[in-house]
Amino acid sequence: MKMGTLAKGSGVGKAARETKGWYLAHKWLLLRRFSQVLTIGLFLLGPLAGVWFIEGNLNASLILDKVPLTDPFLALQVWMSGREMESQAVIGLGIVLGFYLLVGGRVFCSWVCPINIVTDGAAWLRRFLGLPKGVGLSRNTRYWILAAVFVLPAIGGQLYWELINPVSIVHRGLIFGFGLSWVVVVMVFLFDLLVSSDGWCGRICPMGAMYSLLTPASRLRVSAVKRQQCNDCLDCFKVCPEPHVINPALKGEELGLGPNILNINCTNCGRCIDVCAPNVFEFAINFSDNSRIKL
Amino acid sequence: MKLTRREYIKSNAIAAAAAAAGVSLPATKALAGPYENGNIRWDKAPCRFCGTGCSILVGTQDGRIVATQGDPDAPVNKGLNCIKGYFLSKIPYGRDRLTQPLLRKSNGVYDKEGEFTPVSWDEAFDIMALKWKEALKKKGPTSVGMFGSGQWTVWEGYAAAKLYKAGFRSNNIDPNARHCMASAVAGFIRTFGIDEPMGCYDDLDQSDTFVLWGSNMAEMHPILWSRLTNRRLSAKNVKVVVLSTYSHRSCDLADTEIIFKPQTDLAIANYIANYIIQNNAVNEEFVAKHTNFRKGVTDIGYGLRPDHTLEKGASDAKKAKASKPISFDEYKEFVSEYTLEKASEISGVPERNLEQLAKYYADPKRTVMSLWTMGMNQHTRGTWINNLVYNIHLLTGKISEPGNGPFSLTGQPSACGTAREVGTFAHRLPADLVVMKKPHRDIAEQRWQLPEGTIPGKPGFHAVLQNRKLKDGALNAYWVMCNNNVQAAPNMNEETLPGYRNPENFIVVSDPYPTVTAQAADLVLPTAMWVEKEGAYGNAERRTQFWRQQINAPGEARSDLWQLVEFSKRFKVEEVWPDSLLDKKPEYRGKTLYDILYANGEVDKFPLSETQEGFENEEAMYFGYYIQKGLFEEYAGFGRGHKHDLGDFDTYHKTRGMRWPVVDGKETLWRFKEGSDPYVKEGTGYQFYGKPDNRAWIFALPYQPAAEEPDDQYDLWLCTGRVLEHWHSGSMTQRVPELHRAFPDAVIFMHPEDAKQRGLRRGMAAKIESRRGMITTRIETKGRNRPPRGLVFVPWFDAGRLINKLTLDATCPISKETDFKKCAVKISKA
Amino acid sequence: MDEAKRKPVNPEEQKGVSRRVFITDSARGAGVALLVGTGLWSKAETAHPIPLREIRPPGALPEDDFLGRCIRCGLCVRSCPYDTLRLSRVEEPGVVGTPFFKAREIPCEMCEDIPCVKACPTGALDKELTDIEKAKMGLAVLSDHETCLNYLGLRCEVCYRVCPVIDKAITLERSQNRRTGSHAMFIPTVHSEHCTGCGKCEQSCVLTEAAINILPISLVKGEMGKHYKLGWVEKEKKGAPLVPSILNKPLGQWGKDP
Repeated sequence: MKMGTLAKGSGVGKAARETKGWYLAHKWLLLRRFSQVLTIGLFLLGPLAGVWFIEGNLNASLILDKVPLTDPFLALQVWMSGREMESQAVIGLGIVLGFYLLVGGRVFCSWVCPINIVTDGAAWLRRFLGLPKGVGLSRNTRYWILAAVFVLPAIGGQLYWELINPVSIVHRGLIFGFGLSWVVVVMVFLFDLLVSSDGWCGRICPMGAMYSLLTPASRLRVSAVKRQQCNDCLDCFKVCPEPHVINPALKGEELGLGPNILNINCTNCGRCIDVCAPNVFEFAINFSDNSRIKL
Repeated sequence: MKLTRREYIKSNAIAAAAAAAGVSLPATKALAGPYENGNIRWDKAPCRFCGTGCSILVGTQDGRIVATQGDPDAPVNKGLNCIKGYFLSKIPYGRDRLTQPLLRKSNGVYDKEGEFTPVSWDEAFDIMALKWKEALKKKGPTSVGMFGSGQWTVWEGYAAAKLYKAGFRSNNIDPNARHCMASAVAGFIRTFGIDEPMGCYDDLDQSDTFVLWGSNMAEMHPILWSRLTNRRLSAKNVKVVVLSTYSHRSCDLADTEIIFKPQTDLAIANYIANYIIQNNAVNEEFVAKHTNFRKGVTDIGYGLRPDHTLEKGASDAKKAKASKPISFDEYKEFVSEYTLEKASEISGVPERNLEQLAKYYADPKRTVMSLWTMGMNQHTRGTWINNLVYNIHLLTGKISEPGNGPFSLTGQPSACGTAREVGTFAHRLPADLVVMKKPHRDIAEQRWQLPEGTIPGKPGFHAVLQNRKLKDGALNAYWVMCNNNVQAAPNMNEETLPGYRNPENFIVVSDPYPTVTAQAADLVLPTAMWVEKEGAYGNAERRTQFWRQQINAPGEARSDLWQLVEFSKRFKVEEVWPDSLLDKKPEYRGKTLYDILYANGEVDKFPLSETQEGFENEEAMYFGYYIQKGLFEEYAGFGRGHKHDLGDFDTYHKTRGMRWPVVDGKETLWRFKEGSDPYVKEGTGYQFYGKPDNRAWIFALPYQPAAEEPDDQYDLWLCTGRVLEHWHSGSMTQRVPELHRAFPDAVIFMHPEDAKQRGLRRGMAAKIESRRGMITTRIETKGRNRPPRGLVFVPWFDAGRLINKLTLDATCPISKETDFKKCAVKISKA
Repeated sequence: MDEAKRKPVNPEEQKGVSRRVFITDSARGAGVALLVGTGLWSKAETAHPIPLREIRPPGALPEDDFLGRCIRCGLCVRSCPYDTLRLSRVEEPGVVGTPFFKAREIPCEMCEDIPCVKACPTGALDKELTDIEKAKMGLAVLSDHETCLNYLGLRCEVCYRVCPVIDKAITLERSQNRRTGSHAMFIPTVHSEHCTGCGKCEQSCVLTEAAINILPISLVKGEMGKHYKLGWVEKEKKGAPLVPSILNKPLGQWGKDP
């Protein structure tokens, strides 16, 4: 890919802004940011305001002292380390798995994960500055790392990825005291900005990789409903952190492919919907026969 | 539960601050300056805390205390200290040290409801003098008063007593030792006719048997306990018996632990006397030659307000001290009802343990030392129980010899030296003289060069009565010095605070720190403490110890002595004495109280040249003569030749203290016994020379119940007291971060079953409530104190949790000392 | 640009290219994964054999098991009513995100209901622990006899009096002070059988640096060889001599009456 040859990114979404207005051109982005901030905010309600709606952090938590939530990424590592978890964690795991199976695994990445804000920021700055793409690390690397993350506990009996996992470090840091966690934030930011575009979330992060594996059963997809109206402005490709997911749906009509973005690495972020001036994309509820129900 | 506990802890700091009304938390940084060897000046001083009287060396550099050490050659402590003494160097350096007078003001003028505003000493004394003169003019001398201290130096107590009794002609001066030692005093006086223990600390190294009657020496007299323990370890036959109403750290060492129902020590003591008689263990020769038997009146009430139901019927309340002579047989008959079975039944103590204790006393081959502090003194029959323990020693003749004797331990560094020996009580004058006796008043008036009739003959208001009179508006100009009585006095809600805040009253508090009491005052005077002045303390074994001023007080803080003497300059004698009195000494006309009391040719007769070179002495420099020496020498004149001989002023500065009577330069270790006491005549064996016939009195006094006992509604006994880490109200030790950390908040020590029964667990917040007040704090079911079922213990050092909101102002009707050990409370979840 | 503008991809056409790309991509990815994995492994192995001064909450499994099971959620921290527990931060020596406390700062108050253990969703804190006095968070060691005030004869013993298992976990052993000749020494003595490692002693030690410290049990506790038994202990356990047939007294001694 030679995205680097593009003009400065400031033009991305300009057409959408002009036709739909600023708000509609940022609707899903705003909703996502709201969701991400809310995720942190709800956890902070307790320590800051004494309202204990949810306790714990993304790894595991407890809502209103009753409903447990457990991150499958962590739970699987615990299992791989040869240890069983108690029922609370198992119930929590069931609830979380059910949710992401329904809405798409990588919804975690774009709607919940705090690192997404960092990497989105890096991507924006990269577009703004027109920086080159950097190291062409394969997007499959994350699956190899994911394998390592799950194999290591089986050998050594510990949760090794947690030593560096920026997602849990940052989220935990925000709630339990940040300390030097900002170093992790800066490293991820710089990695994405200077080393590899969409580097962390798109190529390295085994957490996203694991969540992507939950996607196939997902009912909620982005759909290029009005793909005939595509004016080839490429804005969707430019803003998409996983641009390879768009092509089959947007341009696959000739090949007999449906308009739904089915690639497991689509994070359902909805940014393509925002930046598309002709309103090609919409959220849709996907069925296995590739038909759709408009939301 | 989780949230309440968390919130409770968070609110603690706030609550503490609020309850203490602005008492700031102890400083968090180490406060003493950097320690550099080489340039430190070392000099001796006694420890500032308890009555043990450990000697220390104070190291100063550039006007600051940089270190202290236990004096390795001091006979009491041989270089050792307890953990409070270890931190002595930090106590003057709390961050919230008061450095200027503070007067409640609104819009620039004094207002009882105003805010504390810094004022000059001049303005402070102006308003004080105005209020004192107003009160004197309106209601006479009984409307002015003072609450003093067993922590005053000897000359501060003396100067205060003189200012009040001679200057203002008011006997309304009482020390906080009233809360502490008054029952021991009354007991000694009643039995022996003279105050203070006959023995000394050497007994601790020599006795075979130690009986603790209501004392947790392990925590409250740590260094003495160390000596006692050493004795226990050094010889197999040494036995320790601990009597208490709950199990505490001293019980660790006990061979016999006796946990009795509160108040029943009276029955136990009478049983032991009965056992001694029944088992022919009476030292007949001793009893015949050296004792008399007396029967005391018994319907004496509980020292409550006269309108209290317990007082209305008390026929002997007005003459509680009265007694009549009886024979040995009558006494024998009297105690015969206290059989082992009955004593065991009343006290709840197994017969075996009571009998064991009685056997120790009865065994003629065994020396026995009885020790006590507040368990016996803070008792509505405090004087009685003191008398009853003396009975045992007198019946067996185990007294006034090495290892044998009753020994009352003191809680304050100079409860003996100042409060008792100087006589800062409402009824006393120096050297055991009392205001009620005309010949005694004559002695004082002559020595003080006063016209006859200056000192009033009626005792003044004692501690508890002062608070009542403040509340009732009869005592209007009131000076609280060197104590924290709002925190210390009983029944704070109903008596103390209403008295202090009564609009008719003007309350002055002198203190180094903004204590609870200071916060309740109208004028706060910043005070120099401990080695910021030259001083003298007298410890529990009659040892008088001197020290020199080591450092200057911060800011405008001035010593109590300076405050008292300087204040006296504000009064022309005509303003305080009636003409009739002045007519007897017309040459005093036009003079100030200062001229009459202090610049009287005695107090001011030692020139500045006699002060020690190289040391500051702010008061001497200010007044222009060696005022401490003058006061001491004038005071010592009362006792010299009268069985209270103190040594020479300069000698005390050179020694590690001497135990009075100091006769011909020699100290006295065991009084009343021929050979060890210079006042006992040859061939007499013993002379209890406090009594005219040299005989001590054995008292027939019964067991009687406490003033307030648990009932259905208030179903637990409350006992209050101290912990090792904090001294009294904590105004000094709570400002040492390490000590604060070691025991930050008062907790309720409680039996785990009692807690469980109320749905409480260790660590939970609980409400403890009496008929008079309520506080909230945490439950402790483990730890150092283990109360039996039905009793809880709460320490009183914590300004954030004032347990004296709950305590009852019932006193021993004879000693007027409050019973802080017994009242009824209930406890529930907070 | 070209790539982005290209027509829809025909998978069939692309197959050859894509296999090559797939193999190189995979090799590169596997390499990175191997690198990351080895790095993490060595970090884990070298950085924290056992935490020395970071004390785990009550009921924590043995460190290896604990690190395998702890999900780093902080629910134990939230349940602690005394704000004793914290989660290890990036810059701190412990394993990041795992709970611990520093005894010198805020010790464990030994809640009878042990809320932290109840809160743990995974069982990294063992629910078998129901009596807090059975907790083994560490072991108090009075390590410095030279500065401990009690060894110097002073009356401190703060560590003893604050001990929630007083007289069992810490006792005072009395001895005579040979220097003064007239005082006793009260030496705080820890008994590992009862010490929970709560850290109240370390927190309250009045010295500038604590002389009594909570340390990992495995680091400080000795272990006797199984080949030797303590005679008096065995006898007490049995309540009788182990070999009853041996006569208890000598048959006779010269110079003494039978």
